[in-house]
Amino acid sequence: MITKKLVASAVALAFGTPLLASANDSDEMEKLRAEVQQMRNSYESRIQALETKLEQVQASAGKAEESAAKAESAAIEASASKAPASSNAFNPDISLILSGIYANRSQNSDYHITGFQAGGEIGPGVRGLSLAESELGVYANIDHYFYGGLNLALAPDNTVSVEEAFVQTTALPAGLTVKGGRFFSGVGYLNEQHAHTWDFVDNPLVYQAFLGGQYGDDGVQVKWVAPTDLFLELGAEAGRGRIAGTEGKDKNGAAMGSLFAHVGGDIGVSSSWRAGLSYLRTSPDKRQSPDLDTAGSFITNQFSGTSRLWIADFVWKWAPNGNTNVTNFKLQGEYLHRSETGDLTYDIDHVASADRYSSSQSGWYLQGVYQFRPYWRVGLRYDQLDSGSASYDSNTASIVNDGYDPSRITAMLDYSPSEFSRIRLQLAQDKSRENQTDNQFFVQYIMSLGAHGAHKF
Amino acid sequence: MHKLIKTLAFALLTLAVLPAQAALNIFACEPEWGALTQELGGDKVSVYNATQALQDVHHVQAKPSLIAKARSANLAVCTGMELEIGWLPMVLRQSGNSEIQPGKPGYFEAGNYVRRLEIPSRLDRADGDVHAQGNPHIQTDARNIAKVADALAQRLAEVDPANAAFYKQRHQDFSQRWQDAIKRWETQAAPLKGMSIVVQHKGFPYLEDWLGLKEVAALEPKPGVEPTSSHLAEVLDQLKRQPAKMVIRAAYNDDRASQWLAERAKIPAVALPFSVGGDDKAKDLFSLFDDTIQRLLDAAK
Repeated sequence: MITKKLVASAVALAFGTPLLASANDSDEMEKLRAEVQQMRNSYESRIQALETKLEQVQASAGKAEESAAKAESAAIEASASKAPASSNAFNPDISLILSGIYANRSQNSDYHITGFQAGGEIGPGVRGLSLAESELGVYANIDHYFYGGLNLALAPDNTVSVEEAFVQTTALPAGLTVKGGRFFSGVGYLNEQHAHTWDFVDNPLVYQAFLGGQYGDDGVQVKWVAPTDLFLELGAEAGRGRIAGTEGKDKNGAAMGSLFAHVGGDIGVSSSWRAGLSYLRTSPDKRQSPDLDTAGSFITNQFSGTSRLWIADFVWKWAPNGNTNVTNFKLQGEYLHRSETGDLTYDIDHVASADRYSSSQSGWYLQGVYQFRPYWRVGLRYDQLDSGSASYDSNTASIVNDGYDPSRITAMLDYSPSEFSRIRLQLAQDKSRENQTDNQFFVQYIMSLGAHGAHKF
Repeated sequence: MHKLIKTLAFALLTLAVLPAQAALNIFACEPEWGALTQELGGDKVSVYNATQALQDVHHVQAKPSLIAKARSANLAVCTGMELEIGWLPMVLRQSGNSEIQPGKPGYFEAGNYVRRLEIPSRLDRADGDVHAQGNPHIQTDARNIAKVADALAQRLAEVDPANAAFYKQRHQDFSQRWQDAIKRWETQAAPLKGMSIVVQHKGFPYLEDWLGLKEVAALEPKPGVEPTSSHLAEVLDQLKRQPAKMVIRAAYNDDRASQWLAERAKIPAVALPFSVGGDDKAKDLFSLFDDTIQRLLDAAK
C-alpha cells in the first residue's frame, strides 16, 4: 500500500516537473530532483525488503508443505506396501456417458430397410436436437472369484433399459472365463463395443439389418484363451434369444446359441490385428420389422422362426512405433450372412396375413479412421447389403422384393479435447430405402464422467 | 499312420509340458520392470515387455498380443498407480489367467514400494490426467529401482519358491552393483543440483527429487494435454523472467513443442530415454541411467 502511494506521488512529480521547470528557477528544480531521487531510493529499498520477506514466507511454507507431503506419503507407503490399493477404495467404478445429437436429414423418420426384415433399434433416429442414450455403468471385482457390472441405458424418452448386467469369473484355471447374466454377445467385432466407443454416430447398416443394431442377450458365455503366443480365443454362448427387439422365448433350454473364434497378434511394433469367425443361431419370437408395402404404405411385419447368422470380421490398427498419441489408423470390416426360415405375418395391424417365409441375405461394411494430428480424426465408411433371395409365399404380391441392394456412405470428423470428451460431425448418404436417398448431417457430443474404464481392442 | 499319430501326440505332449518346466513367464508392463526382473531372475525367467519406451504407457490398447502373453504369464510386473488403468484391467480380465489377477501373488505393482510424489490434494478431471495415487513415473529415480528390486526379489521367491535361493543371491549381487552405481551417478550429477529445467510432460518429479533439479514449467498446459501454442508462448514469456537451462522430454514425446521452445528460448532440448530402449545407449537399467545423466550433463555445459 505504502509503496503504491510512493510510486503514485513520484509519478505525479515526474510528470509535473516540466511544468514546474518553466515556472521556477533551476535551484528549485535541482531540489525537486533530489527529492524525487530520495523518494525513489526509499521505495526501492522498501520493495526489496518486502520481496525478501515474501521469499522467506514462501520458503517456510514450501518446507511445511514438503514435510506434510512426506509424512502423507510415508503413511501411504506403510498402508500400501501390504496390498495394492483399489482404484476407488471399496466403491465400484462408476462411469456415466452423456451424449446428444443434432440430426438434419432429407427424408422423414419412417425408416425401413428395403427388402430386409429388420427389427430392434434401427434407423438414424429422430431429426433435430435430441438427447442420445446416456449410459450409467457400475463395475467392480465382487470378490477374488468374480467380477461384475451393470450398464443402464437411459433413453431420451425417459425409459431405462438394462443394457448389461453380468457376472464373470476371474479365478478359473486353464484360461477359462464364464460369464452369466445380460451381456453383449461376443460374436463379430463391433457387437461387444459400447456405443460411446463407436467411430461413427450410428452402427453399420448390416448390424441394423441382422442384429437389431446391437445384440445383447440373457445367457451364459464360456470363453477360452489358448496358451499360445498367437492370440486365439474360442467362445460359446447360450441364451434366451432376445434379438432385434424381441423378448426371447419362454421355454426350457435356450433359444440362442453361438460359437466364435478370434485370432490376433502384432505385425512389428507398429501394427496389430484381430480376425474372427462367428456363428449365431437364434429363434426370434414375434420380431417386428417396419416395411413399405407395394402400395407404398408404411406397415409392420412380424417374424417367428429360425435365424442363422455367419460373421467374418477383422480389424487392423497402426500407429508409428505403437505410439497412438500423434497419428494412428484403424481399418475394420465385417461380412455377415443371414438365412431365415419361419412364418411371416404381413402388416400385423391391418391385413395380418401369415405365411411361410425364408431368406438368404448378406451385407458388409468397411471403415477406416485416421487420426491426422493429436485429438483430430477423420473416418470413412461404406455399407452394402445384398438382398439375396427371399420368398414370402402368398404375401409375395404385397411385400417389396425387387432385388434392391441398400447401401450407405458415411464420412466423419471428430475432435476429442481430452480422453473424456468428443465432438463429432458426420455426413452420410443413406440409400437403405429404395428411391428415398437420405442425405444426413449429424453433430454429436459424447462425454464420459467418472471412472476411467479400460476399452476393448 | 500309427507312427504319425504317436509323433503328433508326443509333439502335443511336449508342447503341453514344456512351458511348465521352462522359465517363469514374466509379463512386464513397462520395459524398466522387464529389465529389472531380468537382472533378478537371470535365466530362470522369460520376460515379455508389454510396452516399449517409444510408447506412451498411458495410451496403450488392450491388444490381442497382450492378452495372449498375459494368458501364459506367471507374474505380471507393473507400475500401478493408475498408469496402466486404460488397458491392463481389460487385458487381465480377458486373459482368463487367474494367477496374475490383482490381489494374487502373481500381480506385482512397483508403485507400492516407493515414496510417492505429487499426490493430488483434489481430484478433478479439469486438472488434466492426474493420478489419484500420485505421479506414476517412479522409474526415473535410481533409488526407487533399488526399493522395487527388494520387493520384487521377494515376490519372485514367493511365486517360484524352488528358485528362492537363486533369486536371493542374484538380488544381493544386483543390489551391491546398483548401490555402487547410484554413488557414481550422484557424484557425476552433482553439478546439476539446483538447475532449473522445463519439462514437456510432468514425467520427471522423481528424477528432480533425486538429482535436485528445479522444474520451473511444463509444456503441457495440464498433465496429458498436448502443448498448445498459447501455453507455449506463456512458458517462453515466463522463461524471460525465470530462465531455465534446458527443456527435457521423454523419448516417446512428440519433439515439436520442445524444439519450438528450445529455438526461441535458446536452450537445448533434451530427449531422455525414460525407460530401457528409449535410445540406442539405454540397453539395460545401468546404461539407462548412465545415458540419462550423460545427456543432462552434456546439455548443461
